[in-house]
Amino acid sequence: MKSLILQTAARYLLPLLALYSVLLFLQGHHDPGGGFVGGLIAAASLMLCALAYGVPVARDVLPIQPRNLIGIGLLSAAAAGSVGTLQGKPFLTSAWVKLQLPGFGELELGTPLLFDAGVFLAVLGVTVSILMTLAEEEEEE
Amino acid sequence: MPLILPILIPFLTAALALLGWRSLRLQRWLGVVGAFALLAAGIGLLISVQNEGIRTAQIGNWPAPYGITLVADHFAALLVLLVGIVGSAIAVYSLADIDEPQQSFAYYPLLHVLLMGVTAAFLAGDIFNLYVWFEVLLIASFVLLALGGERPQIEGAIKYVTLNLISSFLFLTAVGILYGAVGTLNMADVARKLQTLDNPDIVTTLAVMFLVAFGIKAAIFPLYFWLPASYHTPPAAVSAVFAALLTKVGIYSLIRMFTLVFDHAEAPPTFPLILVLAGLTMLTGVLGAIVQDDFRRVLSFNAICGVGYMMLGLGMHTPLALTGSIFYMTHSAVVTAVLFLIAGNAHLVRGTFRLDRLGGLAREAPWLAVAFAIAGLSLAGIPPLSGFVAKLILVRAGLEAGEHLAVAIAIAAGLLTLYSIARVWDAAFWKEPPAHEVPIERIGGEHEPGPLLPREKFLLGAPVATLVVLVVIIGLAAGPIFSLADAAANELMNPAGYIEAVLGGAS
Repeated sequence: MKSLILQTAARYLLPLLALYSVLLFLQGHHDPGGGFVGGLIAAASLMLCALAYGVPVARDVLPIQPRNLIGIGLLSAAAAGSVGTLQGKPFLTSAWVKLQLPGFGELELGTPLLFDAGVFLAVLGVTVSILMTLAEEEEEE
Repeated sequence: MPLILPILIPFLTAALALLGWRSLRLQRWLGVVGAFALLAAGIGLLISVQNEGIRTAQIGNWPAPYGITLVADHFAALLVLLVGIVGSAIAVYSLADIDEPQQSFAYYPLLHVLLMGVTAAFLAGDIFNLYVWFEVLLIASFVLLALGGERPQIEGAIKYVTLNLISSFLFLTAVGILYGAVGTLNMADVARKLQTLDNPDIVTTLAVMFLVAFGIKAAIFPLYFWLPASYHTPPAAVSAVFAALLTKVGIYSLIRMFTLVFDHAEAPPTFPLILVLAGLTMLTGVLGAIVQDDFRRVLSFNAICGVGYMMLGLGMHTPLALTGSIFYMTHSAVVTAVLFLIAGNAHLVRGTFRLDRLGGLAREAPWLAVAFAIAGLSLAGIPPLSGFVAKLILVRAGLEAGEHLAVAIAIAAGLLTLYSIARVWDAAFWKEPPAHEVPIERIGGEHEPGPLLPREKFLLGAPVATLVVLVVIIGLAAGPIFSLADAAANELMNPAGYIEAVLGGAS
């Protein structure tokens, strides 16, 4: 299915959706959002691309295999949890570092961010592999 | 040793195996190494529980009852160790049993997700967390069950999925009602708050809902139909890990809930009901086993019969009876796994599980016959093997508790088990093989039946031999395992210790 309207709209929507997924992911620590819904939106942007231009194009947009994303996501979540264990505290205890960035101010980074990034990648990987497999079967028929 | 380790090891193994998707060789190595690491963690956990008593970990350092708690008492630690033992045996056996096209469908990642779900369910100290781990292991098991995609497998998988989803639905509903009633889901906190809850109706409702939900998972009478309808369809290694471990999760949850949460003066008298169900489970299980004509269906029904024995100990609810249940769980995990692996071995040689089409295996594979004889006699409860000790404890406990009918059923079921095993022995190992060519029964693999290569012989034989040796050891060196089970039973009979360990002195 090729539609000029969809293709033109997708060209503008894709970067917006990708940005929105990152925004949702980052604001998830204090406000509604987080890795799960961010990953879903990112997957939705890729699926929009697949609908408009076909699955092969969407596969090219994603630089790595979706199932590798799942693995990397799971590992970063586990790594985030293990930081607490290595400090002798229970698993998943959060650890924070404060960075002084000249001209920007103070930036606080912690393991919850890494954990959530893992969730983001795992959700993105799972959703994209499921949807692309289904979409490819459709195209083969 | 951190309490998270038995959960983290299979998690990391699965994640790394996913990254190594392109290399089956890497996945196999990871699968085996991960399983043995889990075994080592299981041993470490049991030793640390022996030394320090009940261990807890508050995930994320959020204190109970607000955070997620992991708890390891003797009961949970022993079961985690069993997961390590069975998981290692299965990981090695799978190298030869699951062929490459099937392995390439993420077999090893899924196996480890399943093992993670099982160990984590044993360690969960929070009911909602327990529910989540049930779902984790179920999702992995759905895929493993259909691995191969043959028609009977899909049929079995549909029954399995449907009934297990009903169970999950009931479980989640009960969790919701429980939260509405007491406002907490931490098991220790629930146990404490239910004692003062002045609403016996809701406690009765909850007890029955949990009994049905876990009863489906544990395959007790009359909710066991999914088990014999599905366990004979997947590859042998998969059916072995399912039969050895998955019903144990259901029984574990029943024992945990009914000794910790629903055991106080105000609670409804559920133990007599459990006792009746246990007797019926033993009888229907063993009666089913003696009429089946498929090797693995006989074993599936025997597994249901075993569930009855484990429930029996909970139903009698004395320290000795619970010791018997826990001992039986140890024995049953090992012996069930090895019997299913032997059936898989027979299938690899002959290409069928049908008893009327097997035969002559005693001459063709004498060591397999020896292994089957030992494991089968142990299942039936012949001294000095592991099953004898387990049943002896239960019978003794039954006589002490004055439950003569239950004892009679247990002994009768034991005799009928012997008969069902003798039938398999006669049909598969003793009688002459059929003269004509038998049709090959495929489970998705491309393996042609026939004599095994030396490499296959080793990979299939080593796990079987190790587990058979364990069966003999559990029987001969019953003392240490009895004292372990006894310690576990005493902790279960005195839930105050568990509550104290989780919540501390805080009120």
